[in-house]
Amino acid sequence: MLLIHCPHCGPRAQAEFVFERPLESIIQIDEALPDLIHKLYSRVNPKGPSWELWRHTYGCQSWLKLHRDTHNHTIHAVLEIGQTQDGGDA
Amino acid sequence: MSQTLRQTKGGRIDRSRTIRFQFDGKTHKGFEGDTLASALLADGVKLFGRSFKYHRPRGVMAAGIEEPSALVGAGTAGRYEANTRATDLFIYPGLKAVSQNRWPSLGLDLLSGISLISPFIPAGFYYKTFFGPPKLWMVYEHFIRMAAGLGKAPRAADKDAYEHRAAFWDVLVVGSGPAGLAAALAASASGAKVILAEQDRELGGSLLTDAATIDGQASEDWIAAATTSLLAKGGRILTRTTAAGFYDHGLLNLIERVTEPGQAPGADGLAQRLWRVRAGQVILATGALERPRLFAGNDLPGVMLSGAVRTYLNRYGVRTGQKVVLTTDNDDAYRTALALAEAGAQIVAILDSRAASAAGNSLSVRRAQTRLPVHFGAKLIAAKGSAKGVKSAKALIDGQVTNLVCDLIAVSGGFSPVVHLHMQAGGTLGWNETTGAFSPDVSRQNQTTAGAASGVDGLGQTLTSGWEAGLAAAKTLGLKGGSAKTPPACAEADDQACRSLADWLPAPQTNLKKAFVDYQNDVTAADLDLAWREGYRSVEHMKRYTTLGMATDQGKTSNLVGLARLALAEGRPVPSVGLTTFRPPYTPVTLGVLAGEHTGAHLSPRRRPVLYPVHAAEKPIWQPVGYWHRPRAYPQGREDLHQAAHRESLAVRTKVGVTDVSTLGKFDVVGPDAAAFLELVCATTVGKLAVGRGRYTLMLREDGMVMDDGTVWRVAEHRFFLTSSTGGADRMSAHLSYVRKVLAPQLKVTVANVQEHWAAAAIAGPLAKAVVENLMGEGAAPRHMSLGFGPLAGIPTMILAASYSGERAFEIYAPSHQIGPVWDAIVEQARGLGGCLYGLEALEILRIEKGHIVVGGEIDGRATADDLGLGKMLRPAGGFVGATALGRPAMSDPQRLQLVGLEAISGTIPEGSMLVTAKGAVPCGHVTAAGMNVVQGGSIALGFLQGGRARLGDVLTATSPTRKQAAQVKVVAPVFYDLAGDQYRD
Repeated sequence: MLLIHCPHCGPRAQAEFVFERPLESIIQIDEALPDLIHKLYSRVNPKGPSWELWRHTYGCQSWLKLHRDTHNHTIHAVLEIGQTQDGGDA
Repeated sequence: MSQTLRQTKGGRIDRSRTIRFQFDGKTHKGFEGDTLASALLADGVKLFGRSFKYHRPRGVMAAGIEEPSALVGAGTAGRYEANTRATDLFIYPGLKAVSQNRWPSLGLDLLSGISLISPFIPAGFYYKTFFGPPKLWMVYEHFIRMAAGLGKAPRAADKDAYEHRAAFWDVLVVGSGPAGLAAALAASASGAKVILAEQDRELGGSLLTDAATIDGQASEDWIAAATTSLLAKGGRILTRTTAAGFYDHGLLNLIERVTEPGQAPGADGLAQRLWRVRAGQVILATGALERPRLFAGNDLPGVMLSGAVRTYLNRYGVRTGQKVVLTTDNDDAYRTALALAEAGAQIVAILDSRAASAAGNSLSVRRAQTRLPVHFGAKLIAAKGSAKGVKSAKALIDGQVTNLVCDLIAVSGGFSPVVHLHMQAGGTLGWNETTGAFSPDVSRQNQTTAGAASGVDGLGQTLTSGWEAGLAAAKTLGLKGGSAKTPPACAEADDQACRSLADWLPAPQTNLKKAFVDYQNDVTAADLDLAWREGYRSVEHMKRYTTLGMATDQGKTSNLVGLARLALAEGRPVPSVGLTTFRPPYTPVTLGVLAGEHTGAHLSPRRRPVLYPVHAAEKPIWQPVGYWHRPRAYPQGREDLHQAAHRESLAVRTKVGVTDVSTLGKFDVVGPDAAAFLELVCATTVGKLAVGRGRYTLMLREDGMVMDDGTVWRVAEHRFFLTSSTGGADRMSAHLSYVRKVLAPQLKVTVANVQEHWAAAAIAGPLAKAVVENLMGEGAAPRHMSLGFGPLAGIPTMILAASYSGERAFEIYAPSHQIGPVWDAIVEQARGLGGCLYGLEALEILRIEKGHIVVGGEIDGRATADDLGLGKMLRPAGGFVGATALGRPAMSDPQRLQLVGLEAISGTIPEGSMLVTAKGAVPCGHVTAAGMNVVQGGSIALGFLQGGRARLGDVLTATSPTRKQAAQVKVVAPVFYDLAGDQYRD
């Protein structure tokens, strides 16, 4: 079970979190149909570092961006959605 | 027979405390500190069970958790545990254990005849049967099922309690042998908070078998002093606790046995405890397991691992044989031989596969050579005997086949470090060709290995390696340490190394069909050779084809012997044939402890609406809706569910009914961009809604399918009230959050989930308006799809005029804590007008009649708004979640399943039936909800039909083969009552 460092709550067990989707599979409201279909039905399954959207559902409920290595489960960064790695806004 | 093989003194058993227990109905006596195996062995019992496949007689092989053969069932109904190792079960008064895999009894096992036909059930037998004619499989299946299965699964519900605990420590040490204790002492002395887990019931590991002198103290005293020191520094010691799994990010699952298998727990009822431990550093001091050797009959009762023989003698005071043959490739077995000789046993021969020149020069070997018959370059070919035990051994000594009379064969095929947890943690292994052992190489997590588990040989090095691991762990954690000085040291005479020289080759004369590799799954060396000849070269394939290492012991003693056999066939070194994956749990874990407290009523939360006690007073039939419990119907007198629901729905159609809708999903959406936000979530028009008005709305998923439905109300210019289904409320809450935070963070809007802040009563029926106006005054009832405010019973309320039932209806909302008087006043008023309460069943009947869809019924995740006949509601301009996906060609296929109504021509339409054409019975749709016409009677239903809207008037068959029910139905529009909608308008 992963240990995820929530920026609000500190280190918490994975069971408190819900994986939403790879960050690149977020479908914008005005997404073009071919892109939408790709993001819905033909997602890549990367081996290695990947940016993912998670939610601390059974904690503070915030949406989080995780930089996680799918190969060895190393979590390189946990950011709030809208935040960049250098602390700025995205 | 009573404890005839027990030594008069010595060991760690308490001879003053006799414990009576039963094995296969026969009462035995043992002592406090005995395992079931040691107590029965002391009583002269040799036969413990029958093997899985061939029903061969089996005895005790080992003295610990690795035991492959002596599996028993322990306890009685409600506490019965199958496949428990007799060597890992400490006896207690009243223990009832039974042998397994025998029929009708252990002594007379009729199925043992199977071993006669063993030539016909070779490796991969199951797979091979699949190639034969299917009819033959029917024959095999019966035979396989009769013989298969290890132990009997308990049928009674578990009586006992289990609990979970989380723990966070600086250092977790797994194993309390010399290495584990030294590591714990070093880490603790350096200032680390240490938790120590030991699967045995007392600390000491190998020291419990081989007492030694450590730091000038008897090991017993050294262990006691270490315990005191650890506890004094705030450490925690868990005995009878197995580290079963090592997971990501430093998480370990420890299983603490509070009671022994089958034992009644104390007053708290607790049988086992699961610890989820996250530690800064983990030190694995898990020791090593001895391996058996290949010779024919190596599975007979009376063939035991050499270390186990010594453990039974030294720890339990049981001499397991009088005439002993030992076969070994290392020095350790000599210690066993010497101990047995000292206890009065006759050592018939020590067969050492090593050349004299390669044998170790250890104290034991030197002493044994002076007084015992030691033969170098010698091997065992076969053990001979029966269910009563070994009678003789056929050995290869100096090139001559020699028969040796014996009653015990002690075997040592070297030692395999216990690397399971290291591997579960993602580590890698290194191979030692000399000792034939894999030991940890690179660790992937914050974990190290110490002692025999790391391949270290001899007590001195073991203590040092543990000590260093403890210091290193503390240092990694940034602890400088205070009192840690020098590692514990043992007396020179106690520092005896094993000096294994791995020898995988059986004697050439060996009958490999009787040389077992995996005892528990009955896999022989011949099976492995056959699998290899048949092309199973990958270790993973061979494992599955032969079932090597797939039994409950997961091949703890056997896997490496099997790998070596494969390597031999391949002509490759052992490491290059690879290893199978080490998966948790390390030893079998009871499902109950994994479930913990989460059983029965504690499996999921039970949410009660605020009016629950008010409903309970009416004694309704309850229905779970998501986590909620809502009244399904309020039977009067002797009414059953259907009679009550019909009376209630009829009241709504003719007079008035009141129902509790407090559990609906409710959201308060506020801000200058509230309308813009809701237009992203809702597929209908929201922005044009006038203040004080509401609309029915649909929320779509990204793939265009309908996710939920509800109503949206404009309370003020920048404030909306959104409702959704009860069961979908949590999902809707997450969806709203996703849209707001992820898709449209720029919008100035806040969303509050107010599901439990508001409670509500729905009033429906021709007299609903009268109820509202009698309570709140003339003109207080808003127009259909409008809202109003006003006090009711002195409580401020909000009134939404919306109808689900198809009648004039109002939902009256009040703050949850104030709903009581509001509800009471409404119910009293309605009853005064001849109305009544109605529950979910009546609501279902009413909504079917109106063709109103429901989440989980028609909104099944596969239906679009158009499929539901609601396509015209969608905003043509798009711009909402799911809009784009509706452009996929399949979404406008005319043959999609479309919502239709169904009227029975004959019979009653079965719930959940499928729709097939009247001629040819071609499947073309299904029934989603079946009900009745409330006023006129007759069976009606809603359903999905391929291209249904173009098939009105068609006659189909609604059939439910599982219920053996069918009805002729006519396809109609999905509304059976008040087509014009006159009933709910003013």
